[in-house]
Amino acid sequence: MTVLEQPGAYRPTPPPAWQPRTDPMPLLPDAEPYRLLGTPAADTLDPELLRLLHGHLVRGRRYNTQATALTRQGRLAVYPSSTGQEACEVAAALALEDRDWLFPSYRDTLAAVTRGLDPVQALTLLRGDWHTGYDPHEHRVAPLATPLATQLPHAVGLAHAARLKGDDVVALAMVGDGGTSEGDFHEALNFAAVWRAPVVFLVQNNGFAISVPLSKQTAAPSLAHKAVGYGMPGRLVDGNDAPAVLDVLTEAVRRARSGGGPTLVEAVTYRLDAHTNADDATRYRSDAEVAAWRAHDPVELVERELVRRDLADGDGLAAVRETAERMAADLRERMNEDPELDPMELFDHVYARRTARLREQAELLRAELAAAGAADGSGRGTGEGTDR
Amino acid sequence: MTTAVAATGRKPATMSQALNRALRDAMADDPAVHVLGEDVGTLGGVFRITDGLAKEFGEDRCTDTPLAEAGILGTAVGMAMYGLRPVVEMQFDAFAYPALEQLISHVSRMRNRTRGALPMPITVRIPYGGGIGGVEHHSDSSEALYMATPGLHVVTPATVADAYGLLRASIASDDPVIFLEPKRLYWAKADWEPDRPEEVPGVGTAVVRRRGTSATLITYGPSLPVCLEAAEAATAEGWDLEVVDLRSLVPLDEETVCASVRRTGRAVVVHEATGFGGPGGELAARITERCFHHLEAPVLRVTGFDIPYPPPMLEKHHLPGVDRVLDAVARLQWEADWTSSGTAPGSAAGTVPGTPGGVR
Repeated sequence: MTVLEQPGAYRPTPPPAWQPRTDPMPLLPDAEPYRLLGTPAADTLDPELLRLLHGHLVRGRRYNTQATALTRQGRLAVYPSSTGQEACEVAAALALEDRDWLFPSYRDTLAAVTRGLDPVQALTLLRGDWHTGYDPHEHRVAPLATPLATQLPHAVGLAHAARLKGDDVVALAMVGDGGTSEGDFHEALNFAAVWRAPVVFLVQNNGFAISVPLSKQTAAPSLAHKAVGYGMPGRLVDGNDAPAVLDVLTEAVRRARSGGGPTLVEAVTYRLDAHTNADDATRYRSDAEVAAWRAHDPVELVERELVRRDLADGDGLAAVRETAERMAADLRERMNEDPELDPMELFDHVYARRTARLREQAELLRAELAAAGAADGSGRGTGEGTDR
Repeated sequence: MTTAVAATGRKPATMSQALNRALRDAMADDPAVHVLGEDVGTLGGVFRITDGLAKEFGEDRCTDTPLAEAGILGTAVGMAMYGLRPVVEMQFDAFAYPALEQLISHVSRMRNRTRGALPMPITVRIPYGGGIGGVEHHSDSSEALYMATPGLHVVTPATVADAYGLLRASIASDDPVIFLEPKRLYWAKADWEPDRPEEVPGVGTAVVRRRGTSATLITYGPSLPVCLEAAEAATAEGWDLEVVDLRSLVPLDEETVCASVRRTGRAVVVHEATGFGGPGGELAARITERCFHHLEAPVLRVTGFDIPYPPPMLEKHHLPGVDRVLDAVARLQWEADWTSSGTAPGSAAGTVPGTPGGVR
């Protein structure tokens, strides 16, 4: 007999005012990821949309292979590839209006590029000549976040601020499956829901946090289920089905913009490459598993759909590939130029104005550079910083 | 202060009132200023520093957030990105730690990461320090953590007038400011006119609170009253101590500090924070680097012990007090020590074993 089963035992009951605040049922994700390609709904997809997605996906794949090659050539310090995840990257960018903001993680340079950012600027962090190679205001793309999930509260704060100012701006924040274990993921989703902030959280569940599989990351039925605990809807989508991802994200953005609050979207996808060039994926997953996902390649899925519906012929597909090659050649050429470095800039932008201590240290470095320049006769190293 | 009040006929104000007034005036002057934190709205903050702000400016301007410090500071980053000027309240010193990642990885370096495109005009108010009988996790002095994080300003007022002036300057700053409020001085009163606040120099300027010739006490925040009291007590022993209130730890006003030490030739740094790796070490190093030939004695430190902050019934042994400050002054190698190997004036104990001093 338990304590509660004893006659006359105290039975705590909530006070009458207590009631569930939200009916959880409409918040729950579907049991299966949402798909369009390969379903009867695929026949209704706008040909222009399919062609648009296909062009972005082909260029996105080529961007990934080019950036990976640049890393092997030593032109990038590191490249966390989004090969296999291009549908998510492209859809995240296309779901947003110009005035909206994108909050990418370090793996999401392709989303930033799809939004219009110059690839060289997007890759600056990974080349290593500065941390952020672009003005975030220009394309409304926040700096690539390396500490996991820390950019999510930023997205919430920005969207909240925009709403306070009366602007109908939406923020879309990207995070991976590993990032959902971070405290900032929880805090961001909770703040967003409490404030009904116009934010869309896109989780790209690519199966692994470096080497750790999802089964060691969470016991939840799906990552989308986590939404229910915050009182926001969770949506599960096939992350390799580009029209489906775009559909779900567009609906979530519309909902956020119209005051409906945040949405958590889990896109089930797969990282076909290793975590980065420094990683050895054969240590934690089988070739058979990778091969199975290669058969569900996001670029090929859309291409097959174009062919199936007779929306593209060989010439059309070749033209798309030609565009991608030109983009890659341009990127290759520009990345093969050494970036201009001004060591004196190290002391810029630490504060609005240099402190006395920084002025002293800048003088030290300036003297070192001048001495080195004199020694090698180059005269280099006399660069001036831009703010003092 | 009683005399001053009688002379002006004004009601004394407390530091908490001055801080509240600074927030109110900042919010009235600039619609971009938003206050957010735990209990800052309806309640007015556990120390009542935000009292009345939600009522006057609305809950969108003074917002009760969920109880999550990383979330509070993280959303403040996004708000700053969109042109707002957030003032964040961390409820207590030790409760600010969950926000450290946001502070170190984003707030402090966002300007630098983006080559100036995203400045972070965020003020993080943190009640800090002990002496109020607080239980565990309510009395930390963690300024060294913030000082060691490039990109942050670290400011702490010790007077009512400075509380107002420095908080206004901090909120107006385009750089992130850690604004450390000495909680045991919250209710300290002074003659201060809210409608005509005196001018206070901006962030980064120290001030000599007491002129003296024998030695310099360098301090800030909650230890300023201790040092001023010690300086008064020292006059009976023949020492005329100068007291420098740093007001700002970053940027550090080395000019004021060094000018004082060059005049007096002796210095003691006093703070509640632990000594090892603490602000006093940085000050001692800089004074030694810049004033070596003016020094008559090693720079000494009177700090909290290198222990986790003690339980309230034992905190009086931990906090630097007047006697411990005077004992340190006595160890500053006074002439009497090396002419007669006798005891220093004012110190029955003379030199302390294991410390410099005595015959040289």
